Amino acid sequence: MFSLSKNGRARNGWVNFTVLACTGVIPLLLYVAGQTFYLDLATRMVCLAIAAISLNLILGYGGMVSFGHAVFIGIGAYAVGIPAYHATYGEFDLIASYNGFLHILLAVAFSSLFALVTGAISLRTKGIYFIMITMAFGQMIYFFFVSLETYGGDDGLTIDARSEFPAVKLDNAIVMFLVCYVIMLLVIFAMYKIVNSRFGMVLQGAKDNEERMRAMGFNTFKYRLTAYVIAGALCGLSGALLGNFTTFISPEMIDWTRSGELIFMVLLGGGGTLAGPLVGAAIFVVLEEVLSSFTIYWHLPFGIMLILAVLFARKGLLSLFLKEDGDD
Amino acid sequence: MLKKFITTGLAASLALGVSAAATLAAEVKIGFVTTLTTPAGVIGKDMKAAIELAVEQMGGKMGNLDINLIIEDDGFKPDIGKQKTDKLVKQDNVDFVAGFIWSHVLLASRKSALDAGKFLISSNAGPSPIAGKLCHKNFFSTSWQNDQTPMAMGEVLNQQGVKSLYIIAPNYAAGKNMSAGVERTFKGEIKGKDLTKWGKDAQLDFSAELAKAKASGAEALFIFYPGKAGGAFIKQYQQAGLEGKLPLYTVFTVDSIALPKLQKAGFKGVLGSRMTQFWAPDLDTPQNKKFVSGFKKKYGHYPSFYAAQAYDSMYLIKSAVEAVGGDLSKMDEMRAAMKSANFPSVRGKFTYGNNGMPIQNFYLREVVADADGVWTTKIVKTVYTNHQDPYAKDCKLP
Amino acid sequence: MDTTLLFIQFLNGMQLGVLLFLLAAGLSLTFGIMDFVNLAHGSLYMAGAFICASLTFWTGSFLLAVLLAIPLAALVGLATEYIVVRHLYARDHLDHVLATFGLILVFDTLVHIIWGSEGIAVPLPGWLDGQVELFAGVIFPTFRLLIIVSGLVIAAGLYFLVNFTRLGMLIRAGASNRTMVSALGINIQFLFALVFSLGAALAGIAGMLISPISEASIGMGNQIIITAFVVIVIGGVGSMKGAFIAALLIGLIDTFGRSYLDTIFKLFMSPVAAETSAPAVSAMLIYILMAVVLAVRPQGLFPPKARG
Repeated sequence: MFSLSKNGRARNGWVNFTVLACTGVIPLLLYVAGQTFYLDLATRMVCLAIAAISLNLILGYGGMVSFGHAVFIGIGAYAVGIPAYHATYGEFDLIASYNGFLHILLAVAFSSLFALVTGAISLRTKGIYFIMITMAFGQMIYFFFVSLETYGGDDGLTIDARSEFPAVKLDNAIVMFLVCYVIMLLVIFAMYKIVNSRFGMVLQGAKDNEERMRAMGFNTFKYRLTAYVIAGALCGLSGALLGNFTTFISPEMIDWTRSGELIFMVLLGGGGTLAGPLVGAAIFVVLEEVLSSFTIYWHLPFGIMLILAVLFARKGLLSLFLKEDGDD
Repeated sequence: MLKKFITTGLAASLALGVSAAATLAAEVKIGFVTTLTTPAGVIGKDMKAAIELAVEQMGGKMGNLDINLIIEDDGFKPDIGKQKTDKLVKQDNVDFVAGFIWSHVLLASRKSALDAGKFLISSNAGPSPIAGKLCHKNFFSTSWQNDQTPMAMGEVLNQQGVKSLYIIAPNYAAGKNMSAGVERTFKGEIKGKDLTKWGKDAQLDFSAELAKAKASGAEALFIFYPGKAGGAFIKQYQQAGLEGKLPLYTVFTVDSIALPKLQKAGFKGVLGSRMTQFWAPDLDTPQNKKFVSGFKKKYGHYPSFYAAQAYDSMYLIKSAVEAVGGDLSKMDEMRAAMKSANFPSVRGKFTYGNNGMPIQNFYLREVVADADGVWTTKIVKTVYTNHQDPYAKDCKLP
Repeated sequence: MDTTLLFIQFLNGMQLGVLLFLLAAGLSLTFGIMDFVNLAHGSLYMAGAFICASLTFWTGSFLLAVLLAIPLAALVGLATEYIVVRHLYARDHLDHVLATFGLILVFDTLVHIIWGSEGIAVPLPGWLDGQVELFAGVIFPTFRLLIIVSGLVIAAGLYFLVNFTRLGMLIRAGASNRTMVSALGINIQFLFALVFSLGAALAGIAGMLISPISEASIGMGNQIIITAFVVIVIGGVGSMKGAFIAALLIGLIDTFGRSYLDTIFKLFMSPVAAETSAPAVSAMLIYILMAVVLAVRPQGLFPPKARG
């Protein structure tokens, strides 16, 4: 992306801007027009987009195919649900709170910690082994939450009160959407900075040719692990938002198929592009809602579209509009 | 503030013709959330058949209102169930939200429906929080609370003089509820208990558990396996040669969905096996006769208990609509009408507890061949009369 | 300890193990030779089960149905390879994952449309439906014994095929150096198609063997495919020997975990704590095993020789 001509960069900027503007404005217009449900759909889409964007850092830019990324959504969501549960029903006074800042702090802290520990082990492996070991860690956490009976086990946990912030009331659907949307913009901006920094260059360089990066004296393992932790932390944040939006969390959010869906959002929209994961998340959420209302056999056209997308739109759907990098 | 800004700023530029989904005055909108895809879709299919039969028998009308039925698929996922409920409430503006096979889908969706001031009717799921601390005045169930059916089974085991029991159930919330329910009333010794892996990659091969149960020396075996795992368990029970050696007692495992398959494959081991339930196809009430014969005529097989509960949901709603003469703004009157349970139920007369859960009878049923040789279940005797769930006392409602 | 029960649980573990091997063998072959990640391998297992179930009712005999269903399962594999899979060999693993996930959805929905959502229970002939007494007190279901025996026979056949035939030589050569095989003038496209349908047939056989125990149902393959992936990753991707050993290992560990973990936990925990934690840990057991193996040996237990 950084080697693009001025012309190409300007065009890609317009494409990204259009995508961002549409996701922000269209749901609000629909809401005003009385179609309030679509604002909810958009909020869920934006939360999933943040998770997909975080996955894009390691998958699209770093070449690490994690099949356990949804675990961070779960950790983030339980970081909201568990303190709120204890604030309502007592016990564990240390963490019992409705304070939104505490929730976000816990979500990011635990996600980073989990990413650090599992990343340090997983990144020793490559290829299919990496795919499987990340999935294994995800499944362990899945069964861990299933066995936590206090928090509902697999029945899940209802969040009785959303996170509290001064002056911002998440119970209002528009506020909820705007908070998620603004956070998504910040995350995309941060991603833009990271990808174009020296750190981002090394990460992408290690994806294309690890030997060369090593030969240049970079410890690629450390760079990858750092990226893995950043991705985990951001995904934890998206989980905290998603938990607040749905007011319900369950281990089902962590299941490996959910991690698979995140991968598909990234690839469908276009891995290694800034707005690609957002486009992917939008397509996924809309298809799921629209196709499923036509027929109970909606998985058939959905599956065929996936196969066709892989066969004919190799770089993701957004690539059809983006100008290609010259030396790719 | 913000909303106002957007409203005034953008509304002018919008085509004003796009208005909120216009609600026609002369219809009652009922949203029904169930599972139509995934292997569990077979349950949703049976429920859908039952409510469509109910609409047909009502002549498409409740009182003077046309019935507008909107059926949504939750895909067995709690967050999709919530999304569909949001859609029903906000987009379609339904008057009643009903359905819900799964506890986690109901728990996820409950707030969306209740916060919007809609009536929420569970046609199957009965998790303890909804009966206890999360109870709500606008919630009604046409099924049961999870603990009740296994509690009745524990009582049956006592009456049969069973001294020791082995329990096998899936390791998830309802599985644990079922096992806790039977332990609550069973007075003998629990020789052992296995909770097996459940969820997307659920365990369907029970060889190790059956071997343990056999070696434990227990007098009887209690299991809870809903859906396809139930048929699988019973086949393996027969293949392991446990018939006659370790009598099998079940809840929610042998139903009219599993029986035709088992009969087709000739698994005679299931004949004579016993279970507890609030209902059976042969229950002698006028409404049940109308339901079962209508269902068999239309679809060619016996309805399951899921179908019976879904069918009852429609008649419960009908009683509320008729009580207010079709004026759906009279929420209080409709609530009072439903609370009185004054409608023809397939289970006969019952009452509602403070938490919206039925206070009802539970029966012991046995698998038999009917007059035509079709395998079905038949009531042996009544175990509990007017039984209330144990969580009602945690509910703050009067 | 009750040795009779121990031995029966050993047999149960073996039975699970050989089933996993039948699935993992095909996965490992396609991975080793075509470098292709096939998430839809479980759909071929499901296809085998449904075809066999229908044929059982049509012919009236389970064994005859299996014989007829094996070539049909291979044919399903061949068609899948021809229509979708062969266009993906040149792509990276991510594209494989995405496209074969699409295939899973297509297969599941097609089965839903053709056979309905109820699933099919498959009857066994009477002589297979009972139990045999192996030793005094060791009574075991006949059909499960048949699964173990046929699984081991197939494993031996595969061993012979890979090590002592020309096809096997090409398979071994392909697993270690792909360009070399095509340089030898072998019709690589034909070889790939053949290997893929062999894998499909093996997966189909596994599905046929399990269908009288559980049943043919939609999505049955999606549950077991993850375990099969765990097997080939622990064994070392592309290694048949690794797949065989890892499959039996996983089968035994899973079965023994389910059988004895609660007893072991009760030695140092309260009975209530043991009762709740044992099922959770036994569900996690194979994933823990995989994480430990990969942490120590990032290439699995028996990685094939270096690739070209």
